[in-house]
Amino acid sequence: MIDYIQPDYEVVRNKDLCIKCKVCVRQCANEVHQYDEKRDVLYADNSKCVNCHRCVTLCPAKALKIVKTDHCFKPSANYTTEIIKDIYRQADTGGVLLSSMGTPKDYPVYWDKMLINASQVTNPSIDPLREPMEIKTFLGRKPETVKYREDGSIEVEKFPNLELKTPIMFSAMSYGSISKNAHLSLARAAEQLGIFYNTGEGGLHEDLYKYSLNTIVQVASGRFGVHEDYLNAGQAIEIKIGQGAKPGIGGHLPGKKIGPEVSRTRMIPMGTDAISPAPHHDIYSIEDLRQLVFSLKEATNYKKPIIVKIAAVHNIAAIASGIARSGADIIAIDGIRGGTGAAPSRIRDNVGMPIELALAAVDTRLRDEGIRNNVGLVVAGSIRSSADVVKAIALGADAVYIGTPALLALGCHLCRSCHAGKCNWGIATQNPELVRRLNPDIGYKRLVNLVNAWSHEIMEMMGGMGINSIEALRGNRLMLRGIGLSEKELEILGIKHAGE
Amino acid sequence: MKRVYVNEEWCLGCHLCEYWCVFSASKETHFPFAFDGGAKPPAGIRVEDYKGINFAVNCRHCEDPLCLKGCISGALSRDESGAVCVDKTKCVGCHTCIAMCPYGAIVSGGDNMPIKKCQLCASRDHVPQCVAHCPNNAIVFEEE
Ligand code: SF4
Ligand code: SF4
Ligand code: SF4
Ligand code: SF4
Repeated sequence: MIDYIQPDYEVVRNKDLCIKCKVCVRQCANEVHQYDEKRDVLYADNSKCVNCHRCVTLCPAKALKIVKTDHCFKPSANYTTEIIKDIYRQADTGGVLLSSMGTPKDYPVYWDKMLINASQVTNPSIDPLREPMEIKTFLGRKPETVKYREDGSIEVEKFPNLELKTPIMFSAMSYGSISKNAHLSLARAAEQLGIFYNTGEGGLHEDLYKYSLNTIVQVASGRFGVHEDYLNAGQAIEIKIGQGAKPGIGGHLPGKKIGPEVSRTRMIPMGTDAISPAPHHDIYSIEDLRQLVFSLKEATNYKKPIIVKIAAVHNIAAIASGIARSGADIIAIDGIRGGTGAAPSRIRDNVGMPIELALAAVDTRLRDEGIRNNVGLVVAGSIRSSADVVKAIALGADAVYIGTPALLALGCHLCRSCHAGKCNWGIATQNPELVRRLNPDIGYKRLVNLVNAWSHEIMEMMGGMGINSIEALRGNRLMLRGIGLSEKELEILGIKHAGE
Repeated sequence: MKRVYVNEEWCLGCHLCEYWCVFSASKETHFPFAFDGGAKPPAGIRVEDYKGINFAVNCRHCEDPLCLKGCISGALSRDESGAVCVDKTKCVGCHTCIAMCPYGAIVSGGDNMPIKKCQLCASRDHVPQCVAHCPNNAIVFEEE
């Protein structure tokens, strides 16, 4: 068969610098780099390169770079190189195209079209290094009323809440889709930071039960690894209905990733594909969801908040309103730019909506209906910096989930090849040789650094606005102005244009 | 004293430590110049690879060094950091120390040429370059 597809990237080796140490040969799990003993030459098979930068980063002589090929088709704005190659690929295999991580498509990033306010003259800004600044966040249902008892003391109905030292959590990434060392790094970082990581739908490895105080356990449609101890191992339970990168479909972890440990944790036989159905087969309405919410509450003695995670889809505001009435304590919404370990490309790139619009629509709807205090609101799906966090909170979120930035901190280079299971950075793989490349002692510190840095920046920005508590920023859309947005976009985001 | 210890659980078998060892001993400032285009065998650290298990072996700078005891020319001594070092002007290349060392940590420099061994990067401010450049904390430089 003729191979129609030419490589996307080329490996460039500077022969003047290369010392022939063969580190690149040993480190590329895609077997791109080869060494010919007889001729004493190194050469590369570009067709296998996924542009993960492992070799580039480890080459001690800094002799390598990966470049985008300039080999090209006749340029067309309609039939682009990507489209042509995808058609060849499908003509080759007859299969659904798979990809991973967040969509690379050029959808508007509304975070970058909103500007944050600051105080000048008429109101003082606050220096977070000298004055107290509170970013501690409580996630969950808030009491509506306060009653005074006869003796003057107050009585409030208390609901289970999650307490976060900073309004950032690590989003759900299952053990199976990512490695145990990645999970361990997330768990240890969450513990040190006073926040939470999320098990994802793959159950909880026995070695990670000790991080229970900083764990959110997920229950998804496949119900993998769900049992009583698991439910009680977290501080909150998340029902996963959908994910931003693949709304409306389930998950598929290929059998080759199901080794002995993943098999035990997920409670499924070794080597079998782990397929999460598209819907939960016991949820066809808000009433059904309510039943699952309350069964989980019952199983955990009403001590833990229940999170319902959904993908941002067209009718998001109405759906969120239903969830807020279902007894759930927290709603997590994941936007179209969210990451994934594997998703059909067409779904990842075309289904859903940006998280900024979904967040604004949901917060507005819940406020209008007077039920915003029923639930905490967490947003996910490409929160890339502390500025995105500040904007999300000002739009109405209580906290954010970060997935891709956490993986980047662990070494991910966004080669978007997770689904191949050969992650050269030891993150999205179960191959023990590769998993070993991620030492959690290093990984967790990098995560702690990242979140601490963001927290400092959040405080700086709040101080600039003259705000000293995250509560006062939440839903404070007056602190945001749009830039280059249409009337309709401003209306949905509920913000004014810069200059107004 | 501080020594180089291995965490074999995290060793990738990438052999980077070996190349940084060669660089360190070379006294060059630009990494590739230490090799002139081709890899060279390391003197101070060696990575063992066996059926998926890898770990780096280097001089233990023993409490009671047999190499030092065996040395016929007084070329081996301890420096102020405790590292067992070789004085290349005194070493006659008899290889007695190589035969004495129970860890195989000394490397021949050629017949009648001074031996080579780990000196804990005495010439690089005592910052062992193998440890500084190990990508996965598989070797550490610390007190026992
Ligand atoms: S890692 Fe760098 S120096 Fe070593 S062989 Fe590969 S290209 Fe050459
Ligand atoms: S796949 Fe990664 S490690 Fe392999 S050649 Fe490409 S960039 Fe280097
Ligand atoms: S540099 Fe570190 S990981 Fe690589 S072989 Fe040496 S000790 Fe092992
Ligand atoms: S060379 Fe061998 S005997 Fe001498 S100090 Fe090092 S490990 Fe001990």
